[in-house]
Parts: sequence; structure tokens; C-alpha cells
Amino acid sequence: MEYHLKTPVPEAEVRKLRVGDVIYVTGTVITARDEAHLKSLELHEAGKRPPVDFKGVAVFHCGPIMRKAGKGWETVAAGPTTSDRMEIFQDKFIEAFRPAVIIGKGGMGDRTSKACQQYGCVYGAFTGGAALLAVKGIKGVRDVFWLEELGMPECLWVYDVDDFGPMIITIDAHGGNLTADVKKLVTARRDRIMAEMK
Amino acid sequence: MTIEKVVEDTAVELLRIAATEYPKEYVKELEKLMKETKGEVGRSQMVSILEDVALARKESWPMCQDTGLVAFMVKLGDEFPLRSSLKEVLVNATRRATKEIPLRPNAVDMLKGNTNDNVCDPHVPILYFELVPGKDLELTAMPKGGGSSNVAAHRMLKPGLGMKGVKSFVIEALAAAGSLGCPPYFVGVGIGTSEDYCMVLAKKALLKPFRVRNHDPKIAAIEEELFTKVNELGIGAMGLGEGPTALDLHIEMAARHPASLPVGVVISCWALRHAKATISADGKVKIDKSA
Repeated sequence: MEYHLKTPVPEAEVRKLRVGDVIYVTGTVITARDEAHLKSLELHEAGKRPPVDFKGVAVFHCGPIMRKAGKGWETVAAGPTTSDRMEIFQDKFIEAFRPAVIIGKGGMGDRTSKACQQYGCVYGAFTGGAALLAVKGIKGVRDVFWLEELGMPECLWVYDVDDFGPMIITIDAHGGNLTADVKKLVTARRDRIMAEMK
Repeated sequence: MTIEKVVEDTAVELLRIAATEYPKEYVKELEKLMKETKGEVGRSQMVSILEDVALARKESWPMCQDTGLVAFMVKLGDEFPLRSSLKEVLVNATRRATKEIPLRPNAVDMLKGNTNDNVCDPHVPILYFELVPGKDLELTAMPKGGGSSNVAAHRMLKPGLGMKGVKSFVIEALAAAGSLGCPPYFVGVGIGTSEDYCMVLAKKALLKPFRVRNHDPKIAAIEEELFTKVNELGIGAMGLGEGPTALDLHIEMAARHPASLPVGVVISCWALRHAKATISADGKVKIDKSA
């Protein structure tokens, strides 16, 4: 199934999505990688708020190439980064900030999958490297936070997006995890190939 | 124009070509493999890649936001006019390319943070120098993304495990890489020499001509066998279990110490970025964009 979601995405809509569905997002996408996750969670734990509200929006594992254009910014390239690095705190992030969609590439593990079930979130895989395809869906740069401190790839870029995608749901809110399923198959094939190796 | 300026301009141009022009041979192969992919999920990934590289070529913008840690492979002819100043020329080219293409600032100083210009003395950009006879300078730009660099693998095998052990290690390394480094992959395998240099051999193996097998028929057969077996893992495009796992695999083999069997596996994402130029002593530039 193909879905065109608008942020903030209501939890009921998130829970309709299943592994293998294709989604496009209109509204707000915010980039966050290792450092931005860490800093947001540190603020949360100290009882403070990050400068953006992640509730119901799409969080994008992405360190874009941005260029100054007049008073604002132009997005040059903005494909996904490897999400696995965020596995160590994505569950806490979902619990704390309740985003509707995590966008990235390479899939995520059990901790994220459990948080997706519990709090109503999904993981949408954007084709790795397809950075200009991503730019097509970005209509503008609404805001940027922590640029000075974290640098261009690691800071929070707040994008206005229109039909940003396509993303394939590989983790749904029902325990489905396509990448984890593929990983099990690959491991079994690896063992067979290695056992038969001459 | 000074020879320094010619080399600098060429190096900037090579970084631009590498970042924005996906070799046509790869495009053709991906188109073929896309048609052969049965699953919709796998096919959609290849459709996105092909759309992306077409946009990159048309707009002359980087195909991927991770424009890599910059590296140059340099073959310096004995009679080429530049010697040690080449380093400064390539550093300047990297700074310029970062602004002009633009490239993402990817050189992070562990103590001071991102240098914002892809340069951090003395080791970034990475320069591999080789002295060769003749008057020419051969320059290859090879910026490599972090995602697929993170899934590289290295092991000092017990020599008694022999070639079977080497092959098993390659399979193990690719299975571990799984979805993480943007498959379909290019695979470089370095066998022999030392614990450090086998990784260099593996990285250089990535740049061997596309789908051209090793000149030694015995190594060529191993390349073919491993290429088939890596694809049998079924990781698929973007690790979604459908479509190709690897686009090519090359081996660079050298002698080893009797007590050691070093193996390096360097993996590139589908976006294996490289471009080569030959510059003559009088400043004539010939660019090679082939795969």
C-alpha cells in the first residue's frame, strides 16, 4: 500500500502502516544524527526541551550538504545516513519525543522496534545515497539549530517537505522488522556457504 | 598557467566528476539488474538510485550527501616537474572543491571538531604516492563515504587456513556488512603483505576496471567464485533482501610472511566514486571517466 502522510501524523494513522508499505511525507522533517540525538536526550533528562518539537513529525537520519542562499539556506544533497548508529538511543528518543516516523537507511534493531510498537512509530527506509531524490521533496529550510556547535552534518535542520519519499516501511508498530528478517536469512545462507566452502 | 595551477584545477575537476558523474558502465549494469530484480521493494531501490545519479549528472551536484573522506592516488613520474609541493597543491584543491562543488565538510578533528574544509593536517586528504618512470602524473580522486568504510574488515588468519580461510572470511565480512553500507556493494580484497598494507591493497582493488578479472587465471577464478557467493548471501539492494548484493569484486594478492596471512576487505557502497587524469610535464590533461 502507498500512503501520503501529513505531519503531525496521528498515532492511529501510524499504526495502520505495515512492513512493505510505501510512504511519502508532507509537512515537517527534522534531521538528527548521533550528536543531535545525544544532545536532545541530555536536555530531556535535565528537564529541558530541545529547540524543536519532534512530536508527530519525521526524524531524518541525515547529515546534508547545505549552502547559504541569500538570507536562507539551500539544500544541496540530503540522503539518509546509516541508522544503526542511532540504535543505542533511538528507543529513548522515541519515548521522550514521540516522533511518528524515523527515516534512515540500513534498518534498525530490536530496541527501536519495541519502542515503535509501544509508542506508535515506524521506520521508513529511504534509498541510501539517493541524496538528490531527497532534495526534490524538500521545499524549504524553516530553521536550523546547533549549527555552530555541532557542524553542518550533525545539527538539526528543519525542512518543509512536500511528498518527501518514497520510503519503504521496514519497521512497523506491530513488531514487523524487514531488515531483521533479511539479516536472519543472510546469516543462515552465510553459514551454509561457509560450511560448503572448498 | 603554472603546472601547480593545472594540477590543482584538475584535482578539483576530478573530485567534481567523482561526486557527480556516476560511471556509465555502472548505470548500464544497474539498469540491467533492475529489470532482473523480481521483488518490487528491491526494484524500487534501484529505480531511486538510477533517478538520483541521472539528477546528479544533469545538475552537476553530488549524488550522495556523504561526499566522503577525500583521498588521492598519485603516480608520480620521475620527470614530472612537481615533487613534494604536490601535497600542498592537492590540499588546496580539496579546500576549493569543498566550496565549489560543494562537498560536505567531513574531516573531524577529534579534539577541535569539524575542520569545515575537508582538510586536517597532516593526514587528510589521504594521499597515496607511488613513484613511476616517465614524465607524467597520474592522479585518481577517490572520496569514500563513511557508511561503507565502517563495514570494512580485517583479520590476520592462521596461514594453515589457506585460501579456504580467506574466502570464508570474505563471506563473513560481507554478511556482517549486511544492509549497513548501502548495497549493492563493490568489494575489494587484499591478501598478503602486512597487517596494514593488506587494507591498502583491498582499497586499491576497488579501482580495478569494472568486471575485468585478475590477469592470473587462478585469482580470476577465485574472484568469480566469491562474487557469485557474495550475491548468494541475498542481502539485496539496501539490505532489503531483493536485487543484487554486489556489483563487482576484485582481489589484489601479494606475498605474505610465513607466519601470517593478512586479509583486508574494503567495501564500497553502490556509489563507488572515482575519476582519473593523466597530466603531462607540459601541462596537458587527459581525463579518464571510465569505470
